[in-house]
Amino acid sequence: MRINADADRCVGAGQCVLAAPDLFDQDDDGTVTVLTEPGAATKDAAREAVHLCPSGAITLEDG
Amino acid sequence: MATADAIPIEFPRRQPGRLTPPAEYAGLRSQEGLVKSSLPGGSTVWLVTRHEDVRSVLTDPRISSNPLHEGFPSMGKNGTVPPPDQVPGWFVAYDPPEHGRFRKALIPEFTVRRIKEMQPAIQRIVDRLIDALLDGGNSADLVAQFALPVPSLVICELLGVPYSDHEYFESRTRVLVTFTSTDEQRESAAKELITYLTKLISIKHKFPGNDLISGLLKNETLTAQEVSGIALLLLIAGHETTANNIALGVVMLLLNREWIGDPRAVEEALRYLSVADRVALRVAVEDVEIGGQLIKAGEGIVPLGAAANHDENAFERADQFDPGRPARHHVAFGYGVHQCLGQHLVRAEMGTAYRTLFERIPTLRLAVPPEELPFKDEGILFGLHELPVTW
Repeated sequence: MRINADADRCVGAGQCVLAAPDLFDQDDDGTVTVLTEPGAATKDAAREAVHLCPSGAITLEDG
Repeated sequence: MATADAIPIEFPRRQPGRLTPPAEYAGLRSQEGLVKSSLPGGSTVWLVTRHEDVRSVLTDPRISSNPLHEGFPSMGKNGTVPPPDQVPGWFVAYDPPEHGRFRKALIPEFTVRRIKEMQPAIQRIVDRLIDALLDGGNSADLVAQFALPVPSLVICELLGVPYSDHEYFESRTRVLVTFTSTDEQRESAAKELITYLTKLISIKHKFPGNDLISGLLKNETLTAQEVSGIALLLLIAGHETTANNIALGVVMLLLNREWIGDPRAVEEALRYLSVADRVALRVAVEDVEIGGQLIKAGEGIVPLGAAANHDENAFERADQFDPGRPARHHVAFGYGVHQCLGQHLVRAEMGTAYRTLFERIPTLRLAVPPEELPFKDEGILFGLHELPVTW
């Protein structure tokens, strides 16, 4: 699984940081940054972050 | 596709003395298509009640937040959205891509990390207010003496209002966000606040500090007038909504004492109470289908947050207060590009308020039976006029 995060679409709501703090952070400008690709233990959290993101800025590529 | 109802229904209201959303919402969620309703401000709108449909409305680019569009809903005097040509910087009234300029300027100030840095200040504010409660005896009105001053003092801290001006600033803000204020009181308070903010902005220009206004002034994409509009919006948006969540959340915990001390009560209170149920107003700028209903360009839409947050298809046993449930997909903060900018601040204020209040006053209880609490549902927000408590 790979995370695609689009900082242009991001509105800085921070939902991904709450849902998956190991995978996501906010840059100095407040937009999304990916810390690491999801592993077995964090796949569900990654899906939760996608579901919660209000601006559709995060997508997952299976693999 | 469902056909439009000929006669708009009356705008649903909460039942007196109840903490649950209007009873009509369940029926509206289960019927085909959408229903038209007349708003207190006179306009006719489509009501959207299903969780999935509310999220669609709030993310569809054919649906606008800009009150300059023909057909934009009016909620009456207390729920009017000022158009961008009247209050520059009132960024909830802009659509993308213009909205992005304001949002991008503000998000660094409201990140999860930035709000964590504010935690000691929030704790200090909450502690001082509880000191005063305890010094004052063994009973209080928790709205006036706690729920309202918490966000008010936090906003002063955030915007960088000097401590010596707190009282001036707070008293005007209070008038502005208190439902019982007259139009004249409200208008003069707004004028005084704008004058004050304009003065404060010119001082911050010369002597910048580590606060939000100083930060925004460094941003070359914003004019000083826009910074003043932004500051006024943050002030109003972050005030009574937070106060109502604090006060009503304390009631929820007093009625469900087994959840006192559980930090998950914050998210569930946000979902369950949905105090900003009817705050999001929208208009279709092109024909669009939502929930099997054709909405024509120029028709107003009200996505109802409390209805979505009590949708059984999104939350099992939705009418039960259960902080143990997964609740984060609620739309209490809206959804889409306008989702509440200050949501982490609200969570921090609610969490700190609940935790500290019950730690320091464990015997806290209601001073009146719950059904006699003076709930308010006349305006656009759900809340309490007073919260009489004793300990």
